[in-house]
Formats: sequence, C-alpha cells, structure tokens
Amino acid sequence: MATTDTGKHGANILKPGTPAPNFTLNATPDQRLALDELRGRPVVLLFYPADWSPVCGDELALFNEILPDFRQHNAELLAISVDGVWCHAAFAHHRGLHMPLLADFEPKGAVARQYGAYREQDGTAERALFLIDGEGVIRWSYCSPVGVNPGADGVLSALEALTGTSTGAEAGTPSGTRS
Amino acid sequence: MTGGRLTPPVGADDHVQGPEDAPVTLVEYGDFECPSCGMAYPILKVVQEHMGARLRFVFRPFPLTESHPHAQHAAEAAEAAAAQGYFWAMHDMLFEHQRRLEDEDLVGYAEALGLDAGRVARELAEGTYEARVRSSFRGGIRSGVNGTPTFFINGERYDGPWTEAGVFVQVLSEVADATGSAARR
Repeated sequence: MATTDTGKHGANILKPGTPAPNFTLNATPDQRLALDELRGRPVVLLFYPADWSPVCGDELALFNEILPDFRQHNAELLAISVDGVWCHAAFAHHRGLHMPLLADFEPKGAVARQYGAYREQDGTAERALFLIDGEGVIRWSYCSPVGVNPGADGVLSALEALTGTSTGAEAGTPSGTRS
Repeated sequence: MTGGRLTPPVGADDHVQGPEDAPVTLVEYGDFECPSCGMAYPILKVVQEHMGARLRFVFRPFPLTESHPHAQHAAEAAEAAAAQGYFWAMHDMLFEHQRRLEDEDLVGYAEALGLDAGRVARELAEGTYEARVRSSFRGGIRSGVNGTPTFFINGERYDGPWTEAGVFVQVLSEVADATGSAARR
C-alpha cells in the first residue's frame, strides 16, 4: 500500500523551534502582506507547487472548506506559490477560495527558498505546511511528496496542541497562543 | 506523520456493501457533486464485481460545499434515503445524475425510487441529517482525507492509483491475500 515517504522529501524544510523568516508578498495585485503583521496569532503557511494543477486544487479546496476551524483557533492561513498575482486572482475567483494566495513571484521562489521549501528541479514550491506561533517561531512543519495532498489532520492537531483547544468544539472564544 | 488513519473505524452507523468478515474493507470519502467521484463510481462497480465477497465497501459523505453547492444536500438526501432503507439506491442515483442535484431533483429521485418523497423533502428542509453529514466530513478531515475521492484500505489512507479498475483490483487482491494468509496463521 502506498504510504508517504517523508525521508527524501522536504529534508531541508525549516524545523520546529526555528524563527520563521519574515517576508512581504503581494496578496492581491494592489495589496501586500507581511508575516510580522500577524504577530500574536498562529499562522499556517501552506506552500504549494502551482495554481490550477489538480492536486493543488484539491488541497486548497480542502483547506478552504475548513477555514472556520482555523478561525476558531484565531489562526490565519496563508497559501503561497510562485504564481503571479493575476494568476492567483483568477484561480481564487474560479475556485471560490477565501484564503490569501501569496505570490512568491519576484524574485521567484525567494520565500520558499528561505523555508527550505523550493524545488530547484521544477522551479516551484514544495507541498509544505508550517505552523508558526504568535511569537513568530515555527512550531510544526511537514513536507508531503509533491503528488500527494497532505490533508489537514496533521496541521489541525498541531494547532490544537499549540492553542490547547480542540477543533469543532462549541466552546467560546479563541484562546490564541499559550506557548 | 504518514498517510492518515481512518478515524472513526467502520462501525454500525456506516453504509456498507459486502460481508463484514471480508479480508478487505475499502472506505470511500466522496462528494456526490465531485466529478472525480463520478468518475470513480463505475470503476468501483467493476472493482466490487471482481472482488466479490472478498471486499466490503463503505461510503462516507465528504461534501466540499465551497466548491460544490449541491453536495451537502445531496449527501443529506442519501441519508434520508438510508433512513428508509435505500441508501445505496440513492447513492447510485445521485452519481448517475451528478449534474442535476437541485432539491427538487433530489426529491424526484426519492420518488422514482419509490420512497416516501414527502418525508425526504421535509427532512431536507429541516436539515435532519445535516449534523450527521458534517460529522462524517469532520471524521474525514481527522482521518487525513485530502480531496475527493479519498480511499482507505483496511483503515489506511490509499494514495495509489484507482482510475483503472484492473489495477485497483490488483492492489485490493494483494491486500486480500496478505490479510487472508495472516488470518490463517
């Protein structure tokens, strides 16, 4: 049975305990977003290879569906690929995606490289997930084989461990980070 | 972290075809409006036919409602049919009519299947099975479902090929053989 091989994939991605490199990228053609603007809240960075490719579409559709779960943890989900702003805009519109799609476009893949999540041979980002705490430190990271959508179970569990709350519970206000 | 493991395991609440003691249990998390699930539907019929009693097949709803606006109600209609003992008939009907999944279509299918269509319409309007479908979705997320369809073979997420029935049958047969010999030991 096929299982994911994490051994050779993403050996270079930044590990838990590493300060998350700051970046400023375009979220829309006329709007830029800096990671450190989100300080104080958990941030999930989702690197993916490309807009429009079927697996990525599924991955983003899945995460799109559970955005309320991230909100419940007061966490922000940012998706990043090397595609440009207009490509992102068309893709988000077509698929009804509600999370920011950041353009790691110029210099190409610079942010993906900083996170050890760039595939030189393909010129795209890896399929990698990072959970960053409110202090800006990476608390969990995972890299999936590029053809396999990672699913959301791993990052949700890590987020629950970080915020000390379970997802889907009715209980009240998001707790933010308690690290 | 590897592929993902089915949580919760197959139980009394599930929609099941095939014998309980089959050496292979295949679980599909699927969306009635998803084209890939529609593509999988006839393939799975062939797979089931080839595997016979060696396969237990389970379907769990996983509607991607942001992408597929009719998927949630379609899943609820299947649950409503299940309440009248006709889950699989409705499951087949929905996959065979994926492009017509308005509420009135759903009620029409219930009627065509000879169900109490008024009850299905009422249960859809009242959201009787909404929580059940959402709970299936949530279970899928926790199991590592990564798109639709996602398959689990004997509880483990299967990321291998399924688009060719012959290949899928071979994969499942190997699992059946391995499970069978382990059971005999």
